[in-house]
Amino acid sequence: MKIQIKNGRLVDPANDLDAPLDVFIAAGKVIGLGIAPDGFQANRVIDAKGLIVCPGLIDLSARLREPGFEYKATLESETEAAVAGGVTTLVCPPDTDPPLDEPGLVEMLKHRARGLNRAHVLPLGALTMALAGERLTEMAELTEAGCVGFSQANTPIQNTRVLRCAMQYASTFGYSVWLQPQDAFLARGGVAHDGEVATRLGLSGIPVCAETVALATILQLARETGARVHLMRLSSAAGIDMVEEARSRELKVTCDVSVQHLHLSEMDIGYFDPLARLDPPLRAVSDRDALRRAVATGGIDTICSDHTPVDDDAKQVPFSECEPGATGLELLLPLTLKWAREMKAPLIDALGRITSNAAQVLGIQSGHLAVGAAADLCLFDPQAHFRVTREHLRSQGKNTPFLGLELLGQVRMTLVAGHTVFESGH
Amino acid sequence: MRNPQLNKSGKLTHLLSIEGLPREILMAILDIAEPFTEVAEREVKKIPLLRGKSVFNLFFEPSTRTRTTFEIAAKRLSADVINLHIGASSTSKGETLLDTVDNLSAMQADMFIVRHAASGAPYLIAQHLSATGREYIHVINAGDGRHAHPTQGLLDMYTIRHYKKDFTRLRVAIVGDVLHSRVARSQIHALTTLGVPEVRVVGPKTLLPACVEKLGVRVYHDVRQGLKDVDVIMMLRLQNERMQGALLPSPQEYFKVFGLTADKLALARHDAIVMHPGPMNRGIEIDSAVADGPHAVILPQVTFGIAVRMAVMSMLAGN
Repeated sequence: MKIQIKNGRLVDPANDLDAPLDVFIAAGKVIGLGIAPDGFQANRVIDAKGLIVCPGLIDLSARLREPGFEYKATLESETEAAVAGGVTTLVCPPDTDPPLDEPGLVEMLKHRARGLNRAHVLPLGALTMALAGERLTEMAELTEAGCVGFSQANTPIQNTRVLRCAMQYASTFGYSVWLQPQDAFLARGGVAHDGEVATRLGLSGIPVCAETVALATILQLARETGARVHLMRLSSAAGIDMVEEARSRELKVTCDVSVQHLHLSEMDIGYFDPLARLDPPLRAVSDRDALRRAVATGGIDTICSDHTPVDDDAKQVPFSECEPGATGLELLLPLTLKWAREMKAPLIDALGRITSNAAQVLGIQSGHLAVGAAADLCLFDPQAHFRVTREHLRSQGKNTPFLGLELLGQVRMTLVAGHTVFESGH
Repeated sequence: MRNPQLNKSGKLTHLLSIEGLPREILMAILDIAEPFTEVAEREVKKIPLLRGKSVFNLFFEPSTRTRTTFEIAAKRLSADVINLHIGASSTSKGETLLDTVDNLSAMQADMFIVRHAASGAPYLIAQHLSATGREYIHVINAGDGRHAHPTQGLLDMYTIRHYKKDFTRLRVAIVGDVLHSRVARSQIHALTTLGVPEVRVVGPKTLLPACVEKLGVRVYHDVRQGLKDVDVIMMLRLQNERMQGALLPSPQEYFKVFGLTADKLALARHDAIVMHPGPMNRGIEIDSAVADGPHAVILPQVTFGIAVRMAVMSMLAGN
């Protein structure tokens, strides 16, 4: 299949390219930009007038809920949501049931994802068996099965000795370790940021020091073990400062933030809205503002959706009893664009946070559109409005604090390896 | 975002929290409660304001005093009262909170009095009733987690007004475990809304919540400074499980440092009143000599509590 995408505005952050260029695709790859390669005969010409043509988005955290939580979501429903959101590569955390701690589970997941032939699914293996924080998993075997890194999802290892060993072992092979900085004891029982709102609503708090204490440990161990560390879901201004300080002293760590945390704060809990219960918790407005700035300055490398589909039953309970998380695959792009508009950040920078920067964190040859790159593309209309409604969302999870919000930026077409995996009219 | 306890015209439809209620509504409840205190002294202690109405006491957490006073209040208003201890029935069989609410609504409930261990549970119920077109069923929060206990806050205000008349010249100290206390939160909102110029909270750092000063209070860790020249002392109950552990070393030390004794009380104004929401831990947060002494108004609080609950119920659902 040979495809020509014409009349679009090509934005490729990795190559610092923002220009009205046609894209020529053959055999699943980009084979030309601007001028058609010799003898190119398109089977299909796509008119991208008024659209942005960019690399397919890379989402560093999307829970697909398989295996074990199929009542919340399935690979089928969530990869459909992914491509509808322009996401062509996603990283799924290991907190399934059972957790991804055995090669067989990972192989099955990869096999199922290949069968669906939509977004590329890159699993994170469990860092410890059953995520229990005691025994290491077979990281070499898991890597062979397709894991791109190792993580505890949001179940931190309490025993610092085990954490140190896990990081040492992973670094033996150069595997990356993805950690959400949250001290298990300081966070225990907490359901909201330990601040004004939690105090007013009588919710048990998760203090900022749950993040900073864990960060201090992780950064120190990263320095000592030489492990490649990716810090997931920073939530506080103090946390950002620590990471920036460590990086200024040549420590190579990367970090991300959830797109929810760029727009919301503890105030959005309102009258106990369970949709605003997230992990890590939404923090103070000043923390949110610091996160927004850090994404602009590069203090935070990437924005992810932290997509967590939750069934209605698990949200229609009191705030402290509800399951944390928000669905987000389909909102990653419009919410990133919203951040960019509000921060007056250039479009190319915004798209870099959800394409090339994420590819760099993963260390994969993806997220760009140079000649020879895989033809993973997203075409979106930056001026198209839509309202976030339950009906609009393809994800099985309808749980998002943005329900009812009007957003700008709608995906019109998504290509994976040159195949059209999503296409919408108006 | 509209306050979910008020309807579109600003009228009270549920009582979920004191926070966000205007002063006029709080004063109206206290004024309505006034004549109800004398109902208790009649030979026939009943008035027909809630005749034909069904009031469900929906207690997901054990309580004797609050449930009983609500029951008495509803009965004095001639309502039919149904007591449910859900902790011991439905939820242990796996029924969700909202299923329970739906089932009881189908039994033509007019009012739910809700006690729940989770902060915000009564909001969830009120929002569910409104989302399903049953906003004619009223919800009264009888204590949710650490969040609010609005009728306790109101009865405390009634008590203060009874003894002190004017809120706008008072200095009030709330002493003890503010962190875990729904009563303290309701008291703070009520006092600040009613114009009390100085509200203090007194306790060790382990028992005060983050940013508590943002609620409009002054924070004291030294109980002697905190009680100096106050007109009202509101003691809080310390739960057994919090007396020994990471929050506090021992009940003995707590009593020694923060317990209200006659010598600490002497630092307050000569006509200060001492309040406690009950049940009291004598010898832990309060000395018996104070609890039974001339400054204590702890038993009148209970009596006023019935009148205030009658006032709230009749205001929400009165014929």
